[in-house]
Amino acid sequence: MSTDTSPRRDIEVLEAVVIRFAGDSGDGMQLTGDRFTDVSAEFGNDLATAPDYPAEIRAPAGTVGGVSAFQVHISDHEILTPGDAPAVLVAMNPAALRANLRDVITGGTLIVNADNFSERDLHKAGYTSNPLDDGSLVGYRVIEIPMTSLTIEASKHTGVKPRDAERSKNFFALGLVFWMYTRPVDPVVSWIEKRFAKNPMVKEANVSAFKAGLNFGETTELFDHPYEIRPAKLPAGRYRNVNGNTALSYGLVAAGQLAKLPIFLGSYPITPASDILHELSKHKNFGVRTLQAEDEIAGIAAAIGASFAGQLGVTTTSGPGVDLKSEAMGLAISLELPLIVIDIQRGGPSTGLPTKTEQSDLLLAMYGRHGEAPLPIVASKTPSDCFETAIEAVRLALKYRTPVILLSDGYIANGAEPWRMPDLDALPDISVPFTTEPNRPDGVFWPFLRDEETLARPWAIPGTPGLMHRIGGIEKEDGTGNISYDTDNHDKMSRLRAAKIANIANDIPGVEHDEDGGTDLLVLGWGSTWGVAREAIRRVRVRGRQVSHAHLRHLNPFPADLGDVLRRYRTVLIPEMNLGQLVKLIRAEYLVDAQSVTKIKGIPFRTYEIEQAIVDALEALDARGA
Amino acid sequence: MADVETTPVKLARKDFMSDQEVRWCPGCGDYGILQAAQMTLAELGAKAEDQVFISGIGCAARFPYYMNVYGLHGIHGRAPAIATGVAVARPDLHVWVIGGDGDMFSIGGNHTIHALRRNVDLNVLMLNNQIYGLTKGQYSPTSELGKISKSTPFGSVDTPFNPISVALGAEATFVARTHDMDRNHMMAMFKRAYEHRGSAFVEVYQNCNVFNDGAFEGITAKDKRSSMLIPLEHGKPIRFGVDAEQGVMLNEYGEAKVVDIADVGEDRLLVHDETRADPTVAFALSRLSTGPSMPTPMGVFRAVERPHYGQMVQQQLMEASEAGPGDLRRLIESAPVWEINAN
Ligand code: SF4
Repeated sequence: MSTDTSPRRDIEVLEAVVIRFAGDSGDGMQLTGDRFTDVSAEFGNDLATAPDYPAEIRAPAGTVGGVSAFQVHISDHEILTPGDAPAVLVAMNPAALRANLRDVITGGTLIVNADNFSERDLHKAGYTSNPLDDGSLVGYRVIEIPMTSLTIEASKHTGVKPRDAERSKNFFALGLVFWMYTRPVDPVVSWIEKRFAKNPMVKEANVSAFKAGLNFGETTELFDHPYEIRPAKLPAGRYRNVNGNTALSYGLVAAGQLAKLPIFLGSYPITPASDILHELSKHKNFGVRTLQAEDEIAGIAAAIGASFAGQLGVTTTSGPGVDLKSEAMGLAISLELPLIVIDIQRGGPSTGLPTKTEQSDLLLAMYGRHGEAPLPIVASKTPSDCFETAIEAVRLALKYRTPVILLSDGYIANGAEPWRMPDLDALPDISVPFTTEPNRPDGVFWPFLRDEETLARPWAIPGTPGLMHRIGGIEKEDGTGNISYDTDNHDKMSRLRAAKIANIANDIPGVEHDEDGGTDLLVLGWGSTWGVAREAIRRVRVRGRQVSHAHLRHLNPFPADLGDVLRRYRTVLIPEMNLGQLVKLIRAEYLVDAQSVTKIKGIPFRTYEIEQAIVDALEALDARGA
Repeated sequence: MADVETTPVKLARKDFMSDQEVRWCPGCGDYGILQAAQMTLAELGAKAEDQVFISGIGCAARFPYYMNVYGLHGIHGRAPAIATGVAVARPDLHVWVIGGDGDMFSIGGNHTIHALRRNVDLNVLMLNNQIYGLTKGQYSPTSELGKISKSTPFGSVDTPFNPISVALGAEATFVARTHDMDRNHMMAMFKRAYEHRGSAFVEVYQNCNVFNDGAFEGITAKDKRSSMLIPLEHGKPIRFGVDAEQGVMLNEYGEAKVVDIADVGEDRLLVHDETRADPTVAFALSRLSTGPSMPTPMGVFRAVERPHYGQMVQQQLMEASEAGPGDLRRLIESAPVWEINAN
């Protein structure tokens, strides 16, 4: 067999393509997508990915509920989203076809595993007739390939039993798509060889299936010619591919190094945040301690204990866990101890849509505690941005001795993109000193004697002679920290705690603001809508219309110049994957007539949706006149 | 055993007293317990800066404010979890958890059992007064069945926990009981807890003279002790009574029973062994009384050695660092990396 992919026919050069791999959750579609992504990244394409996990882990095989999909967008120029609609859908069974067909572009290519279209398969997927021959796929380019039998045939020589051989069919599909898009072959072969080194038979079967897929593309007449997507011209630097939860974990490890403090993670498993617990538990050589707690509350409580003891307490969770941690967050606000609370948002309320994305915890982060309990909130905008956001969250927590909420979401947590890795030597020193000496002229230590500039209280840790002190959730007297039920003192302390957080506005950069689009319309976003908003704005500008863009990393406090920026525009448009949360904060804070574009379907905005909203807003402005 | 610090200076109780006025109700059993804790630390010559007292919510939870140590008064029920964070982060400290029966066995029951099973290096003092004091008199998870309280005017229909049984069931490596009327016994138990590495659970019967006065009087009053308290002494046959005429033996099912020695003979008495690896006999002893109305064992039920949680975490950190400390660049470049050059 040959692995030579040198062109035999003409190669058509494309600027970009969006491909979706879909199959049963046991079919290995995430792995297939990951391989395609990693190789394309190394090849030099810009890319963005979006995995789509089945809603139910144990959904019956072959049903729509058990479909797992992976979308990847590769291009020869900078891209910001995993793409609106796939041009190519690989569907390993009827359920995968049924669940994904409506997203495919008109005229798109459907590559289906014809071996899996028996009456039983069709029935399980909910089809009453076979879409491959009932005419319902007119308008698509349907390529039916008996992938299962070709895979079994290809691995006959390896001695693998047919039932096991069948498992390699995802590599057949991968090989075929590799041929279609002229991807370099060797990295996959060596990856398989490494990954399955312990099981030579499986290794052989996978390599054979992969090569069979390649050769199938090469030799059959099903495809007129392969395509090529050339490397993108990205900024110079060292790159790797990274997803949000990994970047976030690395950001925390880096922050621990920059702060010269051990990280202590107290966490309870929850989708889609558990991968951070998994990742951090590997890095004990960085002094990272991870505690898989008995529940969400214990996770944050232990993190608070670790911060009290002089480490950097972190807890990771998703919406339901944030609910449970609310009281403990209030405690950390009252104790004025550093703490990082990471919320990988998912569909709510209640259990909601655990595997789907949403941005609906902003108001929870902002207001979800009893009493006057403000804390800083930061949000990541892309998978790789999670690295920097984590460092920023830690910087604020340490400097101001406060819990900080970091908002990410299921889309960026699992989505991946090439990451231009930072110059590690240029990262800031974010360490803060512990207090080791009494802070009163009479040689006494007051745990709530604040720094005049930051309003942060001293952080003296157990083991320090002479600075023994008690802190707690009961209101404290300003300065001494002794229990105080004095009403004036409570008023003062409430205002001091609020002022401390509000002052952070002077310690963060101004709004990230692309004002090249005139002053009619500003699209203002936060979190993971950044990429799709940016892309939509680009398209609107290509159409000759003017629109500007601002994005918020800091959601509490807002950057100091946000009010000035907003007031420059006639209209402000805020896209959010919720029912309008940032828009409420903006209207309340700045009294501007911000408009809302919302979507709450568990999937990110499509570029055209925001593009349309922008165009509509511009037309409304036109109608109003200058 | 513990690395008991000794300091050349002889310490006194006042070295462990904070400048805060103690505000429990006059006559509350907590005063005596506080005093015993302060005296224990003084006698041990413990370093005040290495003592950390963590509490939740309740009358007992005010304890840290009155100690001249590092203290954290947390939220209801969560003290064992907060303390776990302190102890795992800093195995060099002595971490104490103080709470009541409501705090540790109702709202915080989950954290209590998990801290014990992990064998986190904590000294857990559970001040059991069988009532909610701070919220002014509702029955608690250790109140006796039928308890008339503000929230159970017709008597409670809840079966109470036996805290010693729960602690043993939760795999605690050190389990003891004492009471607020006997300072020497309290001090002996606190000292044992301090010296034990791993989770030490001490139940302290504590009189709430406002909402549940006299709950333990039937066994802890001076004239009742010899007939109603069963001292557990390691290596000795278990016997009690005004003339030491009663004892404890195991019956054919392994259940502990109070017997008249005259009936069974000395040889049949159970010789107490707190170091038994299997907690079955300790559990049997914990079932001798279902509440402070029957002869009740006092002392150490169980004291066994098992690596503690913080120690094992530390071990893993050390092993992971054998090849040198983590290198951030190597970490972030642990996936395929490619270079894009200018132009
Ligand atoms: S209410 Fe009871 S337990 Fe609480 S301080 Fe008063 S006497 Fe003590």
